[in-house]
Amino acid sequence: MATSSVSKGCFVFKPDFKKRKISVPIEDYFNKGKNESEDSKLRFETYQLIWQQMKSETERLQEELNKNLFDSLIEFLQKSHSGFQKNSRDWGCQIKLREIPTAALVLGVNVTDHDLTFRSLTEVLQNNVTPYVVSLQAKDCPDMKHFLQKLASQLMDCNVDVQSKEKESVQVTQKKIPYSMDSLSTWYMSVTQKTDVKMPRKKRTPSQWQSPPVVLILKDMESFTTKVLQDFIIISSQHLHEFPLILIFGIATSPVVVHRLLPHAVSSLLCIELFQSLSCKEHLTTVLDKLLLTTQFPFKLSEKVLQVLTNIFLYHDFSIQNFIKGLQLSLLEHFYSQPLSVLCCNLPEAKRRINFLSDNQCENIRRLPSFRRYVEKQASEKQVALLTNERFLKEETQSLLENLHVYHTNYFLVLRCLHQFTSSLPKYPLGRQIRELYCTCLEKNIQDSEEYASALQLLRMLAKDELMAMLQKCFKVFKSSSEKQLGNTAKRIEEFLAQFQSLDAEAKEEEEDTSESQSKGLQKTDLYHLQKSLLEMKELRRASKRQTKFEVLREQLVSFIDSLAREYLLLPETQPLHEVLYFSAAHTLRQHLNAAPRIALHTALNNPYYYLKNEALRSDEGCIPNVAPDICIAYKLHLECSRLINLVDWSEAFATVVTAAEKMDANSVTSEERNEIIQYPLKSLLQCPSKHTE
Amino acid sequence: MPHLENTVLCRESQVSTLQSLFGERHHFSFPSIFIYGHTASGKTYVTQTLLKTLELPHVFVNCVECFTLRLLLEQILNKLNHLSSSEGECSTQITCETFNDFVRLFKQITKAESLKDQTVYIVLDKAEYLRDMEAYLLPGFLRLQELTDRNVTVIFLSEIVWEKFRPNTGCFEPFVLYFPDYSIGNLQKILSHDHPPEYSADFYAAYINILLGVFYTVCRDLKELRHLAVLNFPKYCEPVVKGEASERDTRKLWRNIEPHLKKAMQTVYLREISSSQWEKLQKDDTDPGQLKGLSAYTHVELPYYSKFILIAAYLASYNPARTDKRFFLKHHGKIKKTNFLKKHEKTSNHLLGPKPFPLDRLLAILYSIVDSRVAPTANIFSQITSLVTLQLLTLVGHDDQLDGPKYKCTVSLDFIRAIARTVNFDIIKYLYDFL
Repeated sequence: MATSSVSKGCFVFKPDFKKRKISVPIEDYFNKGKNESEDSKLRFETYQLIWQQMKSETERLQEELNKNLFDSLIEFLQKSHSGFQKNSRDWGCQIKLREIPTAALVLGVNVTDHDLTFRSLTEVLQNNVTPYVVSLQAKDCPDMKHFLQKLASQLMDCNVDVQSKEKESVQVTQKKIPYSMDSLSTWYMSVTQKTDVKMPRKKRTPSQWQSPPVVLILKDMESFTTKVLQDFIIISSQHLHEFPLILIFGIATSPVVVHRLLPHAVSSLLCIELFQSLSCKEHLTTVLDKLLLTTQFPFKLSEKVLQVLTNIFLYHDFSIQNFIKGLQLSLLEHFYSQPLSVLCCNLPEAKRRINFLSDNQCENIRRLPSFRRYVEKQASEKQVALLTNERFLKEETQSLLENLHVYHTNYFLVLRCLHQFTSSLPKYPLGRQIRELYCTCLEKNIQDSEEYASALQLLRMLAKDELMAMLQKCFKVFKSSSEKQLGNTAKRIEEFLAQFQSLDAEAKEEEEDTSESQSKGLQKTDLYHLQKSLLEMKELRRASKRQTKFEVLREQLVSFIDSLAREYLLLPETQPLHEVLYFSAAHTLRQHLNAAPRIALHTALNNPYYYLKNEALRSDEGCIPNVAPDICIAYKLHLECSRLINLVDWSEAFATVVTAAEKMDANSVTSEERNEIIQYPLKSLLQCPSKHTE
Repeated sequence: MPHLENTVLCRESQVSTLQSLFGERHHFSFPSIFIYGHTASGKTYVTQTLLKTLELPHVFVNCVECFTLRLLLEQILNKLNHLSSSEGECSTQITCETFNDFVRLFKQITKAESLKDQTVYIVLDKAEYLRDMEAYLLPGFLRLQELTDRNVTVIFLSEIVWEKFRPNTGCFEPFVLYFPDYSIGNLQKILSHDHPPEYSADFYAAYINILLGVFYTVCRDLKELRHLAVLNFPKYCEPVVKGEASERDTRKLWRNIEPHLKKAMQTVYLREISSSQWEKLQKDDTDPGQLKGLSAYTHVELPYYSKFILIAAYLASYNPARTDKRFFLKHHGKIKKTNFLKKHEKTSNHLLGPKPFPLDRLLAILYSIVDSRVAPTANIFSQITSLVTLQLLTLVGHDDQLDGPKYKCTVSLDFIRAIARTVNFDIIKYLYDFL
């Protein structure tokens, strides 16, 4: 595609549609150009299966979390509509200002997630309240005309969905979309009257309502211009009696923005009620809880990867969508880069697959560091068998995988149990959320950490009722799981509970003891004697500081928890074959998710070899190769000057560098080439402008 | 007109002026009348009832709705057409693009029998919106009688004085009529007028008296007062309904309602609580203090780095760029405030409002206030953009492609202090104004 232009610049080439797209089946990308033996196809299918399961799980979670909010919203909408129905019967209704019912929906700053929420909200509303749900974005409505046009066109589309073919002919002729409130309300009248006629024939879902309200969702309240919003509210409040509008403001920051955008004269036309969605941090906790802290999905993240994902969430965007995207990416990356990920599926299936592993894959297993460590610990004849006998290896792998599965089951149970104990401690030494605890457990042996020690210390100081509450919760955790492995533990906890309860009676007796001793001490009135006796009492108490029964029991409980943690909360790296399930390439993930445009530009200009991979460009520090792209040369020369650069000097230096080598080759520079050289600095001047404005 | 006197209260002089201006049906009236007055001073109501009761042919158009010239003209013409043609005829929609067409079509329509030989009135409500439309529109409407050569009067209703309308090219001067604000007596009379049928007029008047005593100092808007009156009336009646007090027991009733009204002033009047919520509270008889208003939710949860970006933006907006060295360099040497305080900067930067700052300065401050190392990743840049969409930062004057973008921080000091507290950053120590 050549251009005949004198200037050097960017040219846009529209893609040629005649060219047929070469469609490669997606699973072929998994091949990496290697041999088929690594089950790339199977891996891809497993990936797809697991991802589908995870996705549906997240969607289900989302629905569950939004349910509360949506229910209250629907209730509000239905209620506000009922006032509209019985209009003008009541004395009050006649005189009162007609207010537009408005729901202020505070969704939090994670704007990227809002789309999904609004989409499901629209769906829910359409199913439960009214077919007329319209959502508008600020960027679509720079002025009233566009606002109303968008509203009208979307409304009429809604209607087409509900009513089938008969109306279509009318729609087609209606080329120009009317953009006045008048035409909108007449349209509304005509539509609702028509459905009235249809009512007896066809039962509609939002039954018994003859005039369903029109719900208008303003997705990003903050970005709307004041004037458009004000005018629209004034206009629609005048038409409210014939056009039953309900507004939903999507607010990202705080509801005060309503007052900032609308003056009192306008906000007095609204009947605003506030709805708050779940905090996105809690949302993240639930997602993690249901996706990673479970044996339902075999795929696991290593500590570093989890850290990268949660850091992006907490430090940058608060976006659940992005988090799930990151999770998907790591899943994909895991199945793509790890040939043994073919075994990353549920246990029976994995066992079956082991039997069909190729020689190559067996070799891969032997190469796994965790497996090698495992082999080294075995007796010598077993070592030989493992390294030479394929069948023996496969059997061993099966049992190892099973162990890994059991390890996880126990791990999560104990983790949850420990979380119950530590989540309500003062100052939260092990974090308030279970994900923080999980991260620490993945990072290092938790028993060795200082936080763990201080948490145990704090546990030793808790009162009885607090401990009982924790035990109760813990017991529930164990009860809810059907696994048998830790049934013993559940029994122990129950025992502890019973023992604590039986303590009550004994505690009373002790109280009597202490009261006796106190009454004895208060007999004397002399100040000197009093002081002395007090000191004596103190000494006495210190000496006879024997542990009460409660303290003994508490100590036992703490050591029991400690032993649980020591036994089950082992690092995943210690488990043989953990590489099959754990994705640990945090660096790749970071590269993909946390792009650094400035750094990338700098590297490209400074070290062109990094991206171009041309051997000729490989250079030592400090020298400027003349074969590098001209822009790199210009950039490097510019870096050499401190702040200001003289254009003439710059081009001189540039010419020197470029022509130096060519003179050696005894090639003279043609005038055309020289022309280009002069043009380049000017171009690069435009590309790094910030440096030159100073 | 006894009927008119019953429906239009406290506007006798204005009504008689208008009536004498209108004259007999076939008389030519004044070409244009400009009526102005404060919100809810009865302009629209008086004009509308007058025209309706006198059964004069008129067209009533609200200029907010007609935000383009075409909409406005077409609406006038269509409504006129509706007037002139008899009931059954459903005439087609008239299209009209320019004022010239409007004059021509107007002539055509007013030729009809039903509109002949009588003054046609065009009322333009919220006429201040006309000023934003084409410049010739207002002078054109002022001279409509002359342009169309028909018996027509245009009435403008506005909240703004005529002087603000007058185009600098000069125009025909309309007859200006002022609607003064209702006095407290007037308000009392009008509000008492619509008493509920179940209770006597005196009882309601006493209630209105109490209501005005509380609200008159803050609100004279008749519509709003009427709204409040209806909203709180059930509470006032409560003792009577329960049988604890008679209708004449004003003192007791007053003691019952007064604190309630005061609470209403702080909440429902400001739309902190919606009126439906207020009604529900009344019914359940719970303390309104429990329900938090809109302004109570000022807390905004932000990602960790967004908080620091916002803090950095705030510092960049309110500190002079010169002082950055002192605040953010470790070894800045001893610079006392007196040394680097310039005369014109003695006034508080907070009084002057936020100043624009370039992106690079924001990033430089950000790097120095965050404890850990922050890489300038795409995530950081996109956070800045998302802060702009949240209206916590604003982009200023980004026309020059060569310059980097410039921003302003639009959050308040209280807000930023709350944010800074969550990340344990003592922002006051870094603000030049509080040094």
